[in-house]
Amino acid sequence: MIEVRRLCLNLKGFSLNQIDLKVNPQEYFVILGPTGCGKTVLLETIVGMYHPDQGEILIGGREVVGLPPEQRGIGFVYQDYALFPHMSVERNIGFGLKKAKSKIKKMADLLGISHLLHRYPESLSGGEQQKVALGRTLVREPRALLLDEPLSALDPNSRESTRGELKSLHGRLGLTTVHVTHDFEEALFLGDRIGVMNEGRILQVGSPEEVFRRPNCEFVAGFVGVKNLFRGRVSHHDGIERVNLGELSIDVVTQKRGEVYVTVRPEDILLSERPIKSSARNNFKGEITNIMDKGPLVQIDVDVGKPFSVLITKRTFDEMKLKPGMSAYIFFKTASVHII
Amino acid sequence: MRRRDRTIIFFSLMGFFILVFIILPLVTMIGTTSPRSLLETMKDKEVIHAIWLSIYTAGLTTLIAFIFGVPLAYLLARYKFWGRSIIEGMIDIPIVIPHTVAGIALLSVFGKGFLLGKPLSYLGIKFVGAIPGIIIAMLFVSAPFLVDAGKEGFASVNPRLENVARTLGASHWRVFWQIVFPLASKSILSGAIMTWARAISEFGAVLILVYHPMIAPVLIYERFETYGLNYSRPVAVLLVLICLAVFIGLRAISRRGKE
Repeated sequence: MIEVRRLCLNLKGFSLNQIDLKVNPQEYFVILGPTGCGKTVLLETIVGMYHPDQGEILIGGREVVGLPPEQRGIGFVYQDYALFPHMSVERNIGFGLKKAKSKIKKMADLLGISHLLHRYPESLSGGEQQKVALGRTLVREPRALLLDEPLSALDPNSRESTRGELKSLHGRLGLTTVHVTHDFEEALFLGDRIGVMNEGRILQVGSPEEVFRRPNCEFVAGFVGVKNLFRGRVSHHDGIERVNLGELSIDVVTQKRGEVYVTVRPEDILLSERPIKSSARNNFKGEITNIMDKGPLVQIDVDVGKPFSVLITKRTFDEMKLKPGMSAYIFFKTASVHII
Repeated sequence: MRRRDRTIIFFSLMGFFILVFIILPLVTMIGTTSPRSLLETMKDKEVIHAIWLSIYTAGLTTLIAFIFGVPLAYLLARYKFWGRSIIEGMIDIPIVIPHTVAGIALLSVFGKGFLLGKPLSYLGIKFVGAIPGIIIAMLFVSAPFLVDAGKEGFASVNPRLENVARTLGASHWRVFWQIVFPLASKSILSGAIMTWARAISEFGAVLILVYHPMIAPVLIYERFETYGLNYSRPVAVLLVLICLAVFIGLRAISRRGKE
């Protein structure tokens, strides 16, 4: 749907370097990278704010580099929403329409902002502004939607709910979406695929699991750096919630349903050579596959059906005399399991 | 203030002096002019004609400055290009040079037989001793105010608003008129008011190009030279009062626009 080939652009302070990117139809693609890595500039270039020095941009198979933004048919929502402050919500949403009334109404209903139509942007909360910005774009039925850090200007509470709304909106409309963020949870939660970006380059593209579990370079590893990330399905039996990871299932506490990601911090996992009785609900037996020195800590990889990493102090490591191939038990509490 | 702050007291005192210095002459001038002489002056056809000429040439000047200055202001605010800072410097030159110098400079372009004066005279447009001469003199010294204010106004409009509007299918032209201009209009209006005020107060440059027909400042000068203070003062007071009325009126409009 959107294809970027060998895109280069040099601006003062930012540059894009040989960007290759392919976003499939109806896909939710997340570009993940630190602040200042050129994510916003990349979106602005796709949408037509900047003319690339080199490279091609194809939308629906058609080269668009020569076209002005108004002819590209791509929706764009900025981090700060960029609502027109001198126009009411209704006029904001209707800005890009010729015959507006009924479409504005429908879109406002879809986003649940019908009661705001006569208000002005400055009187709206962050979440409301964001919905207006989305509505203003979606009402034109764009071929693709680009979102620049859409959640970062929201307070933590509405961030989580808006994240869910973005996901369900994408589910309903099936609109090809490129979402830029520096927040890895957001990327995990929303992205069908993720591209990690740094210093104007796309370093790795893949499914969230691939990128988080098998980073292809030191930067990606350091930036997304999550150990013990698994995808699974929540099930409920007799008031007990579990996530089935395939080879094993773990006890969790969650309100979420369906497909989720599960992470456990390596320092929250206990390691022992023998089975022990403890309050931790999750305990598994496995085999030590790898031992890595991490300065004051040692990382022990244990395969219990799924590969878990555990961090212990050097002193403990010396006392336990651990070696690859030994069998070991891991324990962690349900409260230590983070669900995304 | 919790305690007597000596710095604040000192600064207030210094500020007070400059305030008195500005207000005292104006108030005294108005106060020492009898209502009767003011009324008589208002019946003086020559005076009314001169004041009206000042008002409407300054208005036309503002209109011309708007038509040519606003596009330039937008370009200067939005785009980085080679020579931009040189242009910005040049725009402000008229503010710093003596106005008689401005008049001489204009004369050497628009005077009879000069660079532009000659071809335009064939078209029947005369500058020396005619209304177009008044307007170019006013324009030269006052246009910078509109360009500067417009530039500031456009710079304060978030470029992202323009970008987003473009992605919503609007052409650059439409984005300018529906988004950028309305949002910068307050600055532009106050720039236009300054331009008008500067134009109406211009004396030196106009005098070099056009003595007749007489604008109000020239008439005041002439009456002072030939008849003295008592004859020129009522005209001056009348001009000041009319200018203040227009000024306050426009300010009120622009303030209402803000709300």
